Formats: sequence, C-alpha cells, structure tokens
Amino acid sequence: MNHDFASSLTLIAPELVLTGAGLILLVWAAFFGDRHATGISIAAVAALAAAAALTSLAPADGGDIFAGLASSDAFSTFAHVLIYFAAAVAIIIAPRFFRAHTPGGHGLMRAEYPILIVFAALGMGLMVSATDLMTLYVGLEMNSLAAYVLASFIRTDTRSAEAGLKYFVLGALASGILLYGMSLLYGFSGTTGFAGIAAAMDADFSGGLVFGLVFVLAGLAFKISAVPFHMWTPDVYEGAPTPVTAFFASAPKVAAMALTVRVCIEAFGPTTFDWQQIVIFLALASTILGAVGAIGQRNIKRLLAYSSINNVGFALVGLAAGSQAGVAATMSYMAVYVVMTLGSFLCVLQLRDANGAYVEDIARMAGLGKARPGLVAALAIFMFSLAGIPPLFGFWPKFLVFDAAVRADLLPLAAIAAVSSVISAFYYLKVIKTMYFDEAGDDAPDWDRASHPVESGLIGFTAAIVSPLGYLAIPALAFVSGNAALALFP
Amino acid sequence: MTALGFPILSLMLAVPLAAAIVCLFVGDRAARWTALIATLVDLALGIVMWLGYDIGGAQWQFTEHVDLFGRFAYALGIDGIALMLIMLSVFLMPICIGASWDAIKTRVGLYMACFLLMETLMIGVFAAQDLFLFYIFFEAGLIPMYLIIGIWGGTNRIYASYKFFLYTLLGSVLMLIAMMWMVAQAGTTDIPTLMQYDFPAGAQTWLWLAFFASFAVKMPMWPVHTWLPDAHVQAPTAGSVILAGVLLKMGGYGFLRFSLPMFPDASAQFMWLIFALSMVAVVYTSLVALVQSDMKKLIAYSSVAHMAIVTAGLFAFNQQGIEGAIMVMLGHGLVSGALFLCVGVIYDRLHTREIARYGGLAINMPRYALFFMLFTMASVGLPGTSNFVGEFLGIMGIYQASSWVAFICTTGIILGAAYMLYLYRRVVFGELVHDDVRAMPDLSVREWALLAPIAAAVLWMGVYPESFLAPIRGDVTALTARLAASAPAGDAQLTIGKPSLTEKGAALHDATGGQGH
Repeated sequence: MNHDFASSLTLIAPELVLTGAGLILLVWAAFFGDRHATGISIAAVAALAAAAALTSLAPADGGDIFAGLASSDAFSTFAHVLIYFAAAVAIIIAPRFFRAHTPGGHGLMRAEYPILIVFAALGMGLMVSATDLMTLYVGLEMNSLAAYVLASFIRTDTRSAEAGLKYFVLGALASGILLYGMSLLYGFSGTTGFAGIAAAMDADFSGGLVFGLVFVLAGLAFKISAVPFHMWTPDVYEGAPTPVTAFFASAPKVAAMALTVRVCIEAFGPTTFDWQQIVIFLALASTILGAVGAIGQRNIKRLLAYSSINNVGFALVGLAAGSQAGVAATMSYMAVYVVMTLGSFLCVLQLRDANGAYVEDIARMAGLGKARPGLVAALAIFMFSLAGIPPLFGFWPKFLVFDAAVRADLLPLAAIAAVSSVISAFYYLKVIKTMYFDEAGDDAPDWDRASHPVESGLIGFTAAIVSPLGYLAIPALAFVSGNAALALFP
Repeated sequence: MTALGFPILSLMLAVPLAAAIVCLFVGDRAARWTALIATLVDLALGIVMWLGYDIGGAQWQFTEHVDLFGRFAYALGIDGIALMLIMLSVFLMPICIGASWDAIKTRVGLYMACFLLMETLMIGVFAAQDLFLFYIFFEAGLIPMYLIIGIWGGTNRIYASYKFFLYTLLGSVLMLIAMMWMVAQAGTTDIPTLMQYDFPAGAQTWLWLAFFASFAVKMPMWPVHTWLPDAHVQAPTAGSVILAGVLLKMGGYGFLRFSLPMFPDASAQFMWLIFALSMVAVVYTSLVALVQSDMKKLIAYSSVAHMAIVTAGLFAFNQQGIEGAIMVMLGHGLVSGALFLCVGVIYDRLHTREIARYGGLAINMPRYALFFMLFTMASVGLPGTSNFVGEFLGIMGIYQASSWVAFICTTGIILGAAYMLYLYRRVVFGELVHDDVRAMPDLSVREWALLAPIAAAVLWMGVYPESFLAPIRGDVTALTARLAASAPAGDAQLTIGKPSLTEKGAALHDATGGQGH
C-alpha cells in the first residue's frame, strides 16, 4: 500500500508541481502585488514547463493513481503537454494586452492572471487523467471556477463582466446536468470508477444507465461547446479579454475533448453503438451550425468562436468512428487545432491602432495586407489552414478524422461534414478577402506597426507548424497520438 | 531512378517552388526576372524530358517513389498523356509571366510567387502517382488562383474569386471521401495499381459520381460551368491563360486517369449522362457565346463548348474518341490561351473588353490582326491548325458510339465558326471609328514574342500531329483495352453483310431455277 502511495505520488508529480507553484505564487502576489506580475508570469510559465517535462518523462505504461481515481498513461501525457503549452502561451501573450486595459491605468498586468491560468491548467490536468467520476468533477470544476474569473477579468469592461456572468450561469447549469447524470450512473452501477461503470453497462444497459449516459454526454458537450450546447461560446469569446479567449479556445477545449474521449471509450466502451449516435449528432450539428453561424459575424472573435464550434464538430467525427484510429485522429486534430487557433488569436492581438486600441471589427481590417504584409500572410495561413485546404497542415487532421469515419463505415457522416467544411471555407475566405483584396476605407485605423519579438516569434513558430513544413511532424504526431489512443484500447 | 540519371520530375517541381519563395522577398524587377528564368528553366527541363521519353517503352516513366508517413507516398511518374499536359503547362508558363510583365504593377513579388506556385502544383497534378498526393496538388491550386483573381482581377473580382474557390472545393471534398473509401477497400494509394483494380459494380456508381462532382466542375461541364465566365472575365490576362490553358485540362485528365480506368462499369452506365450534358453544352454555350458583348466572356463560353467535345470524346470508349479528346485538350490549351493573350493586348491599350468599342484594327494593327486571325481559325477548327485534328478525331470516335451525339457536336463546330468569325469581324474588320482605337500601336516586340511561339505550336500540331499523338497512343490503347469489356455497342457500326436478294430478284432467281448463269 505504501509502495502504491509512493508510485501514485510520482505519477501525479506534474499536478503536485502546479499545485505547489500556484500556492506559492499566490502568496508572492499577495505580498508584492502587481509590481511583480512579470516575475510571477515567468515563474508560472516555468512551472508549466516543469509540469510538461515531468509528464513527458513519466513511464509510458503509466498506471493507476490512488487506486483507480486517476490514471497516468500515454493518452493523459499527450493531452497534458498540449494543455500546458496552450496555458503557457496564454500567459506569454497577456501582458501587453492587459497593460492597455488595466483598471486604474497604472499600466501593469494584474498578478492574479498567471496564477488563475496555473490553477485552470491544474484542473484540466486532473480532467484528462481522471478515471473516476469524482476526480473528473473536481478537475472540471477547478478549471471552470478559474475560467469564470478569467472571463470577467477586466472588471471595468461591461462586456467582460457580462461574459463572466453568462459563462458562470450556463456553466453551473451544465455542471448540474453533468452531476445529475453522474448520480444516475453511480446509482445504477454502484461505483464511480470508469471500469466499474463499463462492467455494469456491459452486464445490463437499461433504465438509469441510459439516462446517465445521455446526461453526462450533454454536460460534456457543454464544456466542448458542441451544438446544441454551444450558445454561450460566441458571447463569452467576444466579451472575454482576447488572451483569455485564446486560452478558452485552446486548452479547455483539449481537456474537455480528451475527457469526453476517455469517458466514451473507458466508461461507456461496451455501449459504443449507443453513444455513437449521440456523438454523430453532436458532430454533424456542430460542423453545420459552426459553419453557417459564422457567416454573418462581423467581429473576428465571434467568428473564431463559431470556428471553434465548427472544429469541435470535426474532432467529434473522429470520436464518432469509435475506433482506435478515430481516437488517434481526434487527438491529432486537437493538437493541430490548438496551434492554429492560438496562432489566429496571436495575430488578432497584433491588430492595434496607433492609440493602442484593439480592432476586432473585420470590416475595418480592409487594406491591412498593405500595412502589415507579414502579419496578414501569417493570418492568411491560419485561415486557409482552419479551412482545411491542402497543402497547409490544417488539411491533415481533417484528412485523418474523415478517413477514420470512412473506415468505420460512416460514409454519410464523412460526406456531410466534408460539405460543411466547404461552407466554413466561405467565412475564412471572407477574412482573407477583407485583408488582401479590399482597399482601405476612410475610417481605416492607423495601424500600430511595431513588432514585438516574443509575440512575432510565437506567430512565426505557429505559422511554420501550420505551413506545409508541418508535414514533417506527421511521423512524430502519428506516433504519439497512436500511443495515446492505444492507451485507451487495452 | 530515371532514364536520365537524375529525378527530373522532382527537379521540375522544385525549381518554380524555390523561385516562388525567392520572389516573395525581392523587389519588383528581380521578381519578374526570377519568375521568367525559373519558368524557362522548367521549359528546358520539360524538353529534356520529352526527348528522353521512350515512346513504346514502359507505361510509367521517370518514376520516383519515397514512402511518407505510412499513409501515402511521394510517388511521381508520367505516361504519355501526362507528358503532353506537363509540356503544355511548362510551355504556357513563361508566356504568362511575359504577359504580366507590364500589366501587373502592384505586389509583383506575390503575384509571381502565386504563378510559380501554380506551376509546381500543375506539374504535380499531372505527375502524381499517389492518390492523396494527387489530391493535395489538385486542391492546393485553389489558393494561388484565389489570390490571383482576388487581388489583381477586374472590378467584380471578389464575387468571381469566391465562386471559383467554393465551386471547386465543393466538388473536391466529395472526391476526397471517395478516395478514402477506395484506399480502405483496395489497400493501396498507388494510382497505377488502382487503375487495374476492379471495384464492386455497386460501389463504382457512387465513386464515379463523387469523382464526377469534382471533375465536372473543373472541366467545366454544363450546368456547373457558371464559375468559369466570371473567373475568366475578372482574372488578369495571364490568369485567364493559365485557367483556360491548363486548369481546365485537370478535369479531363481526371476523367482519363480516374473515372474511366478505375470505374469502367459506372462509366459505361453514365455514358449517356455525359453525352447529354455535352450535347446541351455544345449547343447552349455556343449560342450564349454568340450574344456576348464582352470578349473574354465570349472566349470563356467557347471554352465550355470545346470542353464538351472533350467529355463526349472521352466517353466514346474508343481509340479515336479518346485520342481526339486529348488533342482537343492540348489544342484548346494553346488556342484559348493565345486568344486571351490577344484580348489582353488590346485591353492593355484601351482598358475595355467591350467588343463594340473596337473595330477596324486590321488597318492600324496589321500584325496583331494576322495573329488574331490565325488563332480564330484554329479555334474554329480549320484544317492545318491544332484544333482540327482533335475535333476531327474526336467526332469520328463519337460517331462510332452514337451518330446522334456526333451530329449535335458537329453543329457546335458550325456555331463555333459563327461566333468566332463574328467576333473577329467586329473587332478587326470594318472602319476605324474611334479615335482612341486609331491611336493604338501595333504589337510590341514583347507581345510578338509571346504570340509567335504559340502560333508555331498551333501550326505544328495541325500539320504534323504525329509528334503529339505518338506518345499518347500506347496509353490510350491500354485504356481502351481496359474499357473494352464494358464498352457499350454503338449505333453506327457499319458492317458488311452478305448480299441479299430483293423480292424481284428472288422471283427472277426462282424462275430461272438457279440455272441462269
């Protein structure tokens, strides 16, 4: 038992590092305040990097943590690294934005921001390792509570406050649905462990278990913002501060998607045929509504919100296949999606006029291609890539999920999703059109042309991954995502 | 690796790609020269390849193969058909660069980079021997063409660029799903292997339709042709040349490489669909071309009509029909490209494509009138020019499949003569009524140098087509052999029967008791 405890502690070391770092940083911030925000940010990024290193160094075969409460395996490692990377980026890109938006205008970022991100990352790490409903819920709420605060981080901005409130109310509703489903599962299977639930479902799948499955999936669909549980996304994405939006669109999406995959495969494995129908519906509804809903959007952040709904739909196409290849495709999709979406938001963060005000209205970006050719070229790469046009790297994960669906004999799903990708191409093209083809109007902003080495470097890095150079990463990506999927299919 | 000792196809892909990257970072003047030199190098490589191509040798030559990522391979190789289409691409590219020399003044580096990227992708489409590699090349062409139309196009360029992009993308994604199913079924992505693979007849129907969705749009066939006139009219001159010259040929190439050999049963089943659409297209788009007041639109509609003869010829399932279709593709690539250049020449001077604004150009631009005349005649299909060979062979092939289809397609040629000669009369003949037209100078040396090589090629193809037919003959024979089992019998198979007696003759025969001789 003692030996188990010791090995559990080793396996959960990344979470322990983040917990410790978060608490220490909190004290640091309490004593020294916003003046030390930069130091705290650097320490937070270092903690995330340390956690990522620890999780990568963990033994690949992993094992149970605390007698089945969580599990460390290739799947959780894959998701951990993605989450920590996205969280670190969200910290790095924040200071310049918040300096322009701090209440009181003392020109400093608030020191709580990196700490909240660290706690959110901790919650997400627990989510993807969870093999028990209790761990799942604790991780999910830990992440959500940090996220509610982050959404309303600019207290003086009514849009931001509104985003936080909306996110909180709807998130609480979703948590309630999830909890209700979990209580049903527990009541009818007598256990909160995924393995026990799977055994109970295998024995007799009826009554409460069916309802439990539906409610749990509905709660999770809210977290990944799959249609019809997506309605909070555009408002929250628009209202939240842009670095926070970038964070919402990347790390929690990966965590919730990985969690959904694990629950579907490990807890609901014996009833694949039943949850497949739900996932197929979620996938189709998300791809179609994400594509159609974005067409009328004028705000780039709202547009990217619909784009994230659309992309979640494509990732779910891989899960809908219910196969090992499908899970690998979904995880690959999330990996590339994180890079694309972070890159897009990084570009959006550069769109400031000479007074430092951020431009979010797409129409006002007309003529940007002449003012900032390098930035617009990068944004065009991200847009074409999100649209899934080869030879950009965004094509590859789409290819993988469609291939998985076709091999699972889900031809109509693949065909409809593919057609909806054409619809979604329309609004990505719209952004490129405005920037490249349209002439600058009279009210065009006087663009801030200063470039910032760290942010430019990050844009260059993400753009290089998304460009055709990314294909060089396919063997590595296939290897790790394949291992991750294998971990769920013993 | 190849007969030449070096991977020539990869080199042909790499040269424009490298030049495209260079163009992005240098000044306007340097970008123009880089693009011209790179395209000329590719032309030289193409000629070396043609000379090195062993006619009657192995079906697939210059093959290269590197496995990638376990899912698909970097596999290149060409047969005679691909060779001819690659030659067409590399021949037209330096001319396109030359045509844009003065006409493009903004963002020259990006423009040249887009064109060079197009060249890489076009060669890649024709050389790819791996299903998914083909798809990537096929689809990637959308991005540079979208930018070319959208940034440097005419006034209504944005609508045209959207239409071009979304139409073609919609067709292609269905093809992608079909490709995935094929690979899952056959277990290989190798195109030559798949060309010999027998898919279940029921599945062939669906697969054929998915590929048809893509190629019919690209071709373009009636009724999904409407993106073409918009794209052509709005694109800059060189964009129209490359669109008409090469991009449209990708549809025909797709039918040749995928639909026909991979799904022969479904092809036979849908033969009448193709014939019906082709017949409508030939007559309808020719009539539409007759009433156009915009020169580029007229030529765009004529392209649709010519492409309809290609599709009908391909689905005639016989040697003449398919060879003719390929020849029309090559001839039309040259002639329509040249016609767009001719329009570009006078557009650069007067900045309008309205036919009514011109007239009497024969008086002040005699050299221009001569070239324009030659290409008009070639478009009509006058013997001695490239299009005659293709159209004649094609209609011969169609006649064997169906005499009615051949009849309708032939009316297209008559209508073609009508609208082209009518265009020529309005632009070139008549009196010089407008002063600004009177002031237009004749062809410059640059323009002369662009049109003369095409004129030479058009005449060469018309006078001695064997140079172009020889490389493709073996491949077409192989294709018809593959199709033979499912080819439907035509209605025009003239057979020589035994002489039979009429009633009167029989009576006479009986009367003489058979002893009359």
